[in-house]
Amino acid sequence: MLRLEFPPYIHPPSVPHSRKTPLCLGRIPVPDRQSTATHCPYCALQCGTHLRHSDGVTTVQPSDFPTNQGGLCTKGWTAPSLLDTASRLRSPLVRGPDGELAPSDWDTALDVVSDRIARIRDEHGPDAVGVFGGGGLTNEKAYLLGKFARVALGTSQIDYNGRFCMSSAAVAGTAAFGVDRGLPFPVTDLGQAETILLAGANPAETMPPLMRHLSRAKLIVIDPRRTRTAESAALHLQPVPGTDLALALGLLHLTVTEGLLDKDYLAERTTGFEDAWERALSWWPERVERVTGVPVAEQREAVHMLGAAERAYVLTGRGAEQHSKGTDTVAAFIDLALALGLPGREGSGYGCLTGQSNGQGGRELGQKADQLPGYRSITDPEARARIAEVWGVAPEALPGPGRSAYELFDALGTAGGPRALLVFDSNPAVSAPRSDRVTERLASLDLLVVADFVPSETAQLADVVLPVTQWAEEEGTMTNLEGRVLRRRRLLSPPPEVRSDLDILHGLAVRLGEPGHRFPTEPREVFAELRRATMGGKADYSGITYDRLDAGEALHWPCPLLPESRAPHPGTPRLFLDRFAHPDGRARFAAVDHRAPAETTDDAYPLYATTGRVLAQYQTGAQTRRVPELNEAVPEPFVEIHPDTAERAGLRHDDRAAVISARGRTVARVRLDGSLRTDTVFLPFHFPGDGRANLITNTVLDPQSKMPEFKVCAVRIEPISEPA
Amino acid sequence: MSDILIIGDGPAAHRLVERLRHHGHQDAVTVLGREPGPTHSGAPPLPFSGHSSPYQHGFPEGTRVRRGVTATRIDRARRLVHTDDGTAHGYDTLVLATGARPRVPDIPGVLTAEGRLHASVFTPRSLAARECRPAGSVAVLGAGAGGVEAALALRRAGREVALVDAASHPMKDRLDDAAGRLLAGILHDEGVETHLGHVAVAFEPGKLVLDGGRVLAADVLLLCTDAAPETGLAHGAGLSVDCGVLIDDEMRTDDPRIRAIGGCARHQEGGGETAYSLPQAWDQADTLALLLTGGRPHYRVAAPITRSRTPGVDVLSLGPPSALDHAAELVTLSDPSRRRYAKLALHDHKLTAAMVIGLPKAIASLVQLYDRGVSVPSDRLALLLGTSSVGSGTVELPDDAVVCNCNNVTKRSLAQAWHQGAREVAELAEATRATTGCGTCADAVRRICGVLEKASGEGDAS
Repeated sequence: MLRLEFPPYIHPPSVPHSRKTPLCLGRIPVPDRQSTATHCPYCALQCGTHLRHSDGVTTVQPSDFPTNQGGLCTKGWTAPSLLDTASRLRSPLVRGPDGELAPSDWDTALDVVSDRIARIRDEHGPDAVGVFGGGGLTNEKAYLLGKFARVALGTSQIDYNGRFCMSSAAVAGTAAFGVDRGLPFPVTDLGQAETILLAGANPAETMPPLMRHLSRAKLIVIDPRRTRTAESAALHLQPVPGTDLALALGLLHLTVTEGLLDKDYLAERTTGFEDAWERALSWWPERVERVTGVPVAEQREAVHMLGAAERAYVLTGRGAEQHSKGTDTVAAFIDLALALGLPGREGSGYGCLTGQSNGQGGRELGQKADQLPGYRSITDPEARARIAEVWGVAPEALPGPGRSAYELFDALGTAGGPRALLVFDSNPAVSAPRSDRVTERLASLDLLVVADFVPSETAQLADVVLPVTQWAEEEGTMTNLEGRVLRRRRLLSPPPEVRSDLDILHGLAVRLGEPGHRFPTEPREVFAELRRATMGGKADYSGITYDRLDAGEALHWPCPLLPESRAPHPGTPRLFLDRFAHPDGRARFAAVDHRAPAETTDDAYPLYATTGRVLAQYQTGAQTRRVPELNEAVPEPFVEIHPDTAERAGLRHDDRAAVISARGRTVARVRLDGSLRTDTVFLPFHFPGDGRANLITNTVLDPQSKMPEFKVCAVRIEPISEPA
Repeated sequence: MSDILIIGDGPAAHRLVERLRHHGHQDAVTVLGREPGPTHSGAPPLPFSGHSSPYQHGFPEGTRVRRGVTATRIDRARRLVHTDDGTAHGYDTLVLATGARPRVPDIPGVLTAEGRLHASVFTPRSLAARECRPAGSVAVLGAGAGGVEAALALRRAGREVALVDAASHPMKDRLDDAAGRLLAGILHDEGVETHLGHVAVAFEPGKLVLDGGRVLAADVLLLCTDAAPETGLAHGAGLSVDCGVLIDDEMRTDDPRIRAIGGCARHQEGGGETAYSLPQAWDQADTLALLLTGGRPHYRVAAPITRSRTPGVDVLSLGPPSALDHAAELVTLSDPSRRRYAKLALHDHKLTAAMVIGLPKAIASLVQLYDRGVSVPSDRLALLLGTSSVGSGTVELPDDAVVCNCNNVTKRSLAQAWHQGAREVAELAEATRATTGCGTCADAVRRICGVLEKASGEGDAS
């Protein structure tokens, strides 16, 4: 049974306010100090900000931090209003026998959770309890959550929403370079580039201040849509959704046939070119044109723009990565970068634009199904021994790899699947593909626990909701898209009945029989343990301390702890300058070939749907839909469609339409856009209920990264009548 | 056990073997190749581009390759193929991938007394020709798509090139007179000497003699005449053959144990054309590899598309040119001074045929619209010009136009802030947050400041 009702008292009417209205409504947060330097809570650019509190009002100003250089987008400017948003969760909620969520005290709530976990675990074994984390958790929280799952719960069933984000790039990057760090160079290096290829990235909307670093370079943008980023590009390549891999192979082909191959670099720094070339040679430009729709002349122009540049970058985003062949697509773009001799050269390179605020830290500190802290593999005996030692448990007590995100959701409540799930910092009822199925699975659980600071769509399904602190109310560290570790600092005390995720993990662990010292509640203490756990790993944080960060040092991992007799390690802003992280020091080409998306168009579903983001909303919108200024900008789901396609479907601008795939149907407002391909429609995925774009998306997974195919599925579009 | 014997070692054969291995075929695969050395395996490089070497790839490990052997007879009863070196090869499945052979024109001097091509006469398939050897002037015989491509590539490689064809314009079978004249003009601009409406009557190294007596410098003669499917073996074995070996959706000939792919084969529904093209040969090889390894692929006869491969010279022909003569809707564009031309035949908004020169964006779109049978956009001219149908930005922004996207600041908000005293970009940023996101609207904000200042100055003056 679906349980979507939510008690009325957590939905007080929202109070509209204009731009200059004090953003603090209702309760006045208690400041711990007058101001602090911290970072924006949203994306992985982690813009530097000054937070100030005076006369009961919290305000934000961008700082001159290198990633944002004084810039801030509308999400960042309005972030303080989240702190006291009217629907903020302010006490634990437990669903009573009447099926309603009702306020509770913390002891009761935690007792309910731990008792039910213990019972489920006794009856069905430790894997009957699952954990789902998020890329917005601080490093400390992500680390402790992974430890909690493996040690306190003893479950292998933990994964996180970064699986839906950059996991394809992570697999391809690790295979090519031996290590995955989103940008293996400081973001400011981009400012000196002559040419930058953006494959499936729209930073003008998703990460606006990044554009400050892209203003000098000539941009080549690969995107089926004419996005704001594409509009600012010197060259926009507009392929059919799901054909980026063919395009990447075609660009590699032309790099060779146009004589732009960096043969010295290939010989000195790489292996595997021959096998990769054997695949790419069958992607001559006219064949690529036929498959992708990108004119041959534009393919040529792209490789010449890259080849002629002294400093050039290839960057990938979700558009290239969120496919059932996302790993191979990224691998092909890395092959292209390698063929041009870019990676590991100062002023050039390949990078992935990580999305979530702590997407980087989140993926390397142990909340991923197959990983232990320090970017260690959970199947590597040496890594297991090392982490078991830090955690004070036997290596064999550590569980093995668990299910990936969608596989986990799909198994919930089924025979052999988890019967309980703890969700931290994530809203899978909106973000997971085929989200009605996921909602149904979540509702079938014996126990769903959600820790969040707003009543997200997933929280509304929960048996127990635990209210947690937000960015300006907590200390910790985040790792941004360039692998730089940053301090998140506290300005305000949280509301009285709100606790940190660390407190919750401690409280549950103790109730489950763990010694309390294993789960510290002080971020600084957790970080000290995290440093030991990552020591010697690929993502080595052991030389980083709060004191060094507070002193203003720019520390990018790896930053190993050096003996006290030596000066501290300065961190590694640029990876691979001397060698790649494979034992032989060489980067590896990947031999990959194009294949069609899992679903192609036919008479019943004649259009491709692709999903993505808008500037004013973030992720599932659980936060940004509660910021009036943001929500007014894009208040409801929409579908972008070419005027001809709309006309054929009997649709006009502003009509409501149903977009239907083989899996489901979503409802959206029609927006005509003559720059779109006639065979493609676009839907943002930030909206709840019957406007969830993920009601139609395809659950087919990339075999390597387990990334779902968010970016392409076959649909049809139909008018629906306006409710009277 | 399922031993596969393939006759022919061109691209279709290479692709088939590679795909068989990819799908896990374990049993023996034997290839009989007529050429003594390795052949080119896959992607067709531009002829004479100097980039031919990467295209030579061996067959995957474990493939038995017999080179310099010609299959002479198929014994279907015993499932044996006899060859000219006296050996016989058994098979469970036989695949004919014998390709097509250029028709050699009956011109004195082209063939030796033994019936071989003269040492100075080449076909574009031979690797030597692709690598631009030997040096000297070249006469290209045949101004079809292949001949035009070869002539341009050779010319760009610095050779003296003469292109000869009996037709009145190049690509006569694919282009109408107007388009053909444009293409002839392009060839002329590139320095290719064209001799159209003429036939060659004699060749000897150094010169080619045309009808009417004209003598062209020709150290090399390149035969780009059309190709005839190699069907002799199939015919001899009693299989159905018309202009190619007839096959069904599973590449089967009359004999279920014998399949045929690539240039020697013709699908029953192929519409009377062999339309040999590499993508089609590969499609067939891919389909067959799946079938032979237990898959159940769905094969669709691909639409015949002729698209030039010379960089900067974009020529496209789709569908039967005759469809252009009686089209329900005909869209035409002629711009001879910029060498642009398009003619589209539409039926019920779908493309049935097209010929296009010099509109590369349109070509990319048209190929896809035709391939997938999708309706063409209503703005036909925008389609041809490769622009979207949205209008260009207005000079005068309306008041509710968003100037700063990152912070959703309209022109109206900026004007209000300006009138309240924020006169510089920094002050406007402070008041409205415009320019504080990606920063790219700073110029626009500055311009609006200027306009407001000017307007207020005029206001003061009045």
